[in-house]
Amino acid sequence: MTDLAPPAPRDPPLPDEAPPALAVAGVTHAFGARKALDDVSLTVPRGSFTALLGPNGAGKTTLFSLITRLYDNRTGSIRVLGHDVRREPAAALSRLGVVFQARTLDLDLSVMQNLVYHATLHGIGFGRAKARALEALESVGLADRARDKVRQLSGGQMRRVEIARALMHRPRLLLLDEPTVGLDIGSRAALVAEVRRLIAREGIGVLWATHIIEEIEAGDRIVVLHRGRVRAEGSPQELLAAGRAPDLASAFLALTGAGEAGETHGGGEA
Amino acid sequence: MSRLPESAATAASAASEPPVRLPFSGYAICMAGICWREALRFLNQRGRFLSALVRPLVWLFIFAAGFRSVLGVSIIPPYETYILYEVYVAPGLVAMIQLFNGLQSSLSMVYDREVGAMRILLVSPYPRWFLLLSKLVAGICVSLLQAYAFLAIAWFWEVEAPPIGYLTVLPALMLSGLMLGAMGLLMSSLFRQLENFASVMNFVIFPMFFTSSALYPLWKVQESSLPLYYICLFNPFTYAVELIRFALYGQFDAFSAMVVAGCAVAFLCAAIVAYDPSAGLMARRGGPDAAK
Repeated sequence: MTDLAPPAPRDPPLPDEAPPALAVAGVTHAFGARKALDDVSLTVPRGSFTALLGPNGAGKTTLFSLITRLYDNRTGSIRVLGHDVRREPAAALSRLGVVFQARTLDLDLSVMQNLVYHATLHGIGFGRAKARALEALESVGLADRARDKVRQLSGGQMRRVEIARALMHRPRLLLLDEPTVGLDIGSRAALVAEVRRLIAREGIGVLWATHIIEEIEAGDRIVVLHRGRVRAEGSPQELLAAGRAPDLASAFLALTGAGEAGETHGGGEA
Repeated sequence: MSRLPESAATAASAASEPPVRLPFSGYAICMAGICWREALRFLNQRGRFLSALVRPLVWLFIFAAGFRSVLGVSIIPPYETYILYEVYVAPGLVAMIQLFNGLQSSLSMVYDREVGAMRILLVSPYPRWFLLLSKLVAGICVSLLQAYAFLAIAWFWEVEAPPIGYLTVLPALMLSGLMLGAMGLLMSSLFRQLENFASVMNFVIFPMFFTSSALYPLWKVQESSLPLYYICLFNPFTYAVELIRFALYGQFDAFSAMVVAGCAVAFLCAAIVAYDPSAGLMARRGGPDAAK
């Protein structure tokens, strides 16, 4: 499918500049007549916490499916650390860790078995995988649960195991699709803190999809996605300015609710 | 003109991140890991093993015993003497184990896709065809275990193949397992409503099983109904049964082997295309709601 090669990026990174953890440029994706994503461009710099903020049905999961190459983007480009997911899927996927919205652990296998299985999918041998699993579990504070069946864990612990799993192959970009859904406030805060510690320690880029504004902090980057389009991108302060609102919640509402009327005509959305 | 920024981008990425080369050992580890997980899941589900074993045994102990006097089987290759009906039906039951297994693993894949385990598999950096093939190999390993357990029990029920047959049947089991597994894989990619196993039994397993040479020789079918005979002839499962039947008696049925191998390749290629992200089948069927 070389004839379908995406157009050259508008802003190629300079040779002396390291590419961002994730660069999405001009991606449109439709299911039948319904446009799930419409010319979406966003960047996740290395070592950043980028919140992908959007109400349900905004297109977050579709975007994740495209980045993880469940299906191909037909337009635009998606680059993980500079590697195009369509042209160099192996290079892109090996640098990518994912925590999907749905629980994806084998409940009847032990925590360790789940992690080792994932490591083998990345070509990491059993011996090395066990060592890394312990290390990864240590970092999410679950080293003592390695032998337990996943079924015995709480929802929050399962999420932490999924994060540990996503880190097994030492990715440089971590995607999390609404990881705090279904968790109580305490586990939610602990999870967010955990991921922030990871960024500080490992310098990995994080794209955190959510619709919960409380999970965002002052130093984060925010991308507001609504009805498949990026409505705003920047720091919380820039978001406040864009939404002309005193707080993030009203800015978010302004960008996704009131801002809609002005923006959709011409977008071709139903 | 578009070359320049492209090469600049590549240079930039090369400068900061080493290019990824997937070593051969990684492929082996990956396949071993997928088989290991399948084995662990299998061991965790003793009920699945038991029911997979009881099903053909019920056919052998009850159905075949009852029909022993009704259906006389004359001497047809590969048999050299008159045989009991149990002996005739045993290879068909081995193939049935594989049929159930192939479809069950495809069902588990639909289930996997729903709970997301399939997505975890597909974010592996290894090529998708290799991941699907590994998944198939893992399924075949499990079905081999069941087939040999069945043959061992059948031995005590006077279904005794020549000792060498238990060795020569191995490649036949692998090939037919590959075909049936690939068929299941293809079905898992095409249908989203497979979780209802009853409908799979009604619409796939039973028709395939009954319109084959598993329960009665084709010449008998031909005697009673010519259309049915032709249906049997076009049923790939017939050839899986015959391949296993001949192999169990140390003989090689070249035509069946070719049909089974051909179907296996065709089903596998179709399944790989169906799971190929650029073919877009998943995208067309999927959507975020489907993948959840």
